[in-house]
Amino acid sequence: MRVLMFGWEFPPHIAGGLGTACYGLTRGLAKLGVEVIFVVPKAYGDEDQRFLRIRNASEVEAPYGTLETEDDFWKQLTFIQINSNMVPYLSPEEYENEWSEFQHEKRRGIPQDVWKQRYNFSGKYGANLMEEVARYAMVAAQVAREMEGQFDVIHAHDWLTYYAGIAAKRVSGKPLVVHMHATEFDRSGENINTIVYNIERTGMMAADRVMAVSNLTRNIVIEKYGISPDKVVTVHNGVRFKAHEGPEEERGVEDKIVTFLGRITYQKGPDYFVEAAAKVLKRVPNVRFVMAGSGDMLNHVVRRVAKLGISDRFHFTGFLRGDEVRRMFELSDVYIMPSVSEPFGISPLEAMKSNVPVIISKQSGVAEVLTHAVKVDYWDVDAMADAIYSLVTYPALHNMFITKGQEEVTTLKWDNAAKQVLDVYQSVVK
Amino acid sequence: MKNLNLYFQVHQPFRLKKYRFFNMGKDHFYFDDFLNRSILQKVAQGCYLPMNQLLLKLIREHGAENVRVTFSISGIAVEQFKLYAPEVIESFQELARTGAVEFLAETYAHSLASLTSKEEFERQVRLHADTMEQLFGMRPAAFRNTELIYSDGIGEMAYNLGYHTLLTEGAKHILGWKSPNFVYANAIKQEQKLLLRNFRLSDDIAFRFSDRNWDGWPLTADKYIDWILDQEGEIINLFMDYETFGEHQKRDTGIFEFMEQFLTRVVKHSELQLRTPSQIAAKYEPVAVLHVPHPISWADEERDITAWLGNELQDEAFSKLYSLQDKIYQLNDPNMTRVWYTLQSSDHFYYMCTKWFSDGDVHSYFNPYDSPYDAFMNYMNVFSDFKREVEHRVG
Repeated sequence: MRVLMFGWEFPPHIAGGLGTACYGLTRGLAKLGVEVIFVVPKAYGDEDQRFLRIRNASEVEAPYGTLETEDDFWKQLTFIQINSNMVPYLSPEEYENEWSEFQHEKRRGIPQDVWKQRYNFSGKYGANLMEEVARYAMVAAQVAREMEGQFDVIHAHDWLTYYAGIAAKRVSGKPLVVHMHATEFDRSGENINTIVYNIERTGMMAADRVMAVSNLTRNIVIEKYGISPDKVVTVHNGVRFKAHEGPEEERGVEDKIVTFLGRITYQKGPDYFVEAAAKVLKRVPNVRFVMAGSGDMLNHVVRRVAKLGISDRFHFTGFLRGDEVRRMFELSDVYIMPSVSEPFGISPLEAMKSNVPVIISKQSGVAEVLTHAVKVDYWDVDAMADAIYSLVTYPALHNMFITKGQEEVTTLKWDNAAKQVLDVYQSVVK
Repeated sequence: MKNLNLYFQVHQPFRLKKYRFFNMGKDHFYFDDFLNRSILQKVAQGCYLPMNQLLLKLIREHGAENVRVTFSISGIAVEQFKLYAPEVIESFQELARTGAVEFLAETYAHSLASLTSKEEFERQVRLHADTMEQLFGMRPAAFRNTELIYSDGIGEMAYNLGYHTLLTEGAKHILGWKSPNFVYANAIKQEQKLLLRNFRLSDDIAFRFSDRNWDGWPLTADKYIDWILDQEGEIINLFMDYETFGEHQKRDTGIFEFMEQFLTRVVKHSELQLRTPSQIAAKYEPVAVLHVPHPISWADEERDITAWLGNELQDEAFSKLYSLQDKIYQLNDPNMTRVWYTLQSSDHFYYMCTKWFSDGDVHSYFNPYDSPYDAFMNYMNVFSDFKREVEHRVG
């Protein structure tokens, strides 16, 4: 089986879990003997050098680079970069800001990506996100044409690449699978961007199969996008852990630490965490709460924390990078993910792996696969406060969640997800 | 004869370093040494030292009885001079030795203690007076509160500490039709004399001097003296930040030349003389009582305290900070008390101000933060660690 995959940057360039998911899935597929031509917008140049190395400068004019490496896995992967400033989870409004910043940088003479020289349609990136999505699709069609005969199926991750997937399907006649990692409803609540919604819907209508990361997402796809149920398959994400050597993070404070880690946006439910924290602090003084991340609701949350008068027990770390996430987990006693709407949600699994008991909202996809996690409705701050209280007060309960959670989380492998994905491929390839 | 009362404020806070949650419990050093040193040395070179030199030169030329200026130097600024630019202290001492200069009393930490804690306020004013006496050989006789914050009650507290002369803002909403160019009296302690800043003439130099859109530009010594002579009243109080000279108004705007010309002409002018607050208080009696039930200050258009307190962030940080007071006193540890002072500087609360519109420029001056929220988060991280340390030591 050979796949042309329109995905996103691998770690360390992650924005949310999309890059991580692409990475895990690709690895799982490779183990099953699937060959992947992996197409991504923009490359930064400091990814894992084993697979990002483009052979040499003389190939600059070539549209793509095949990767050379000793590792078998990477031999099955062809890596293609398309010069584009799209990043996952970008809203049209955010794009506009990024774009003006980018224009500014360009004037300062930042070296351009080599692929630009070849795929230089308009001489610049799209002036708005939709233009860029369309431009990306044109480049994708070009890639599909040049890779003719080298793939059996097309796989597109998230709406920004759906037009690319459709274009590739038209050029090659190969079946298309689209992967819904999140819906517009998860990102924007009920106030959806209708253009984005339409692209998602068009992608799913044009696809031969739709993969959803949870039943929660599958239901949204069926109910709110009107996609035929027999076309939509749930494939739960897996998780892959990096081995960490070296000493554990040393604790500076003796209090119990309850952590929220993620983008501080409406759909992650940060304000429910704050209310629950205030309730807990009324009962137990020796707890500290940490909100790690950044996002458009940060200022609102900061004000609320100040208003509640708990700011000496409720700390903000700002956006955490790379190793800091691990350090944060090591310092935590309870991890909480009160998402209002979470298609899947991989971070609780990382917390469990770091021996941290987790509280997750029932409105998250990951709740479908976890047994050893406390599950509460995102709006039920009393239940959330109860759960936090119990986990910081009763060591027996705390330890039980650690042990069982550790066992459970090691069974959630990308290999299983990859098998299901391969089944989906096989069902669409004649 | 009109008396010109020139008072300059000297203060620089200890700015906090980026203090993260990961530092908490492990790292108890909170200050951005590099930033503090570079700002202080820059301001010392560009402003404090050259302006002191200019004043010294004028005093020597025209005699100490003719050239009179007044300073208020916060204790926190003194600490930074000792660390990063001791020559500034020597330069002020040289000025002190001429006998032409008066030093005012204020809170040691340039704090807002007057708004919440009488005890802390009194401790800091005493400590500051001790510091001034030690450095300059004279104990301050007149008082100015942080940012000229004043109310009837604050005046009374200062009076009870022995300060019968006090400097504050000539706020329009307090004065109404009255002129700031007279001595007024505190409403509770009527023996206390108030000197009110003439904000129009002060800001002509401090804010507008180099503004080419201002119809007074270019400001010359003659023009400015004409404006002063046009004023009714016998006392013109020109109060401003000392950083006006060489920092807010850069050297190339001609601010130093202007000041030299202006002071020289004042000295030679038959209807003008330079006098310090204590000299004025000794000679003039109040013309009326001033009622100030709510605190005023010299900041922003509102001339109130909303630059430092009022939004959720500021109120929370402020109340959390002063909730530690009793433990600090109980602990009585010089190192902890020193940090306690530095955290009280009004600047930290100023950085958390969210009313950015008309006065945003002033607020962003030497401000190390991108937003008031950043300022709050960082301050509270530092405070949380400090509080934890204090509570540990108290046991």
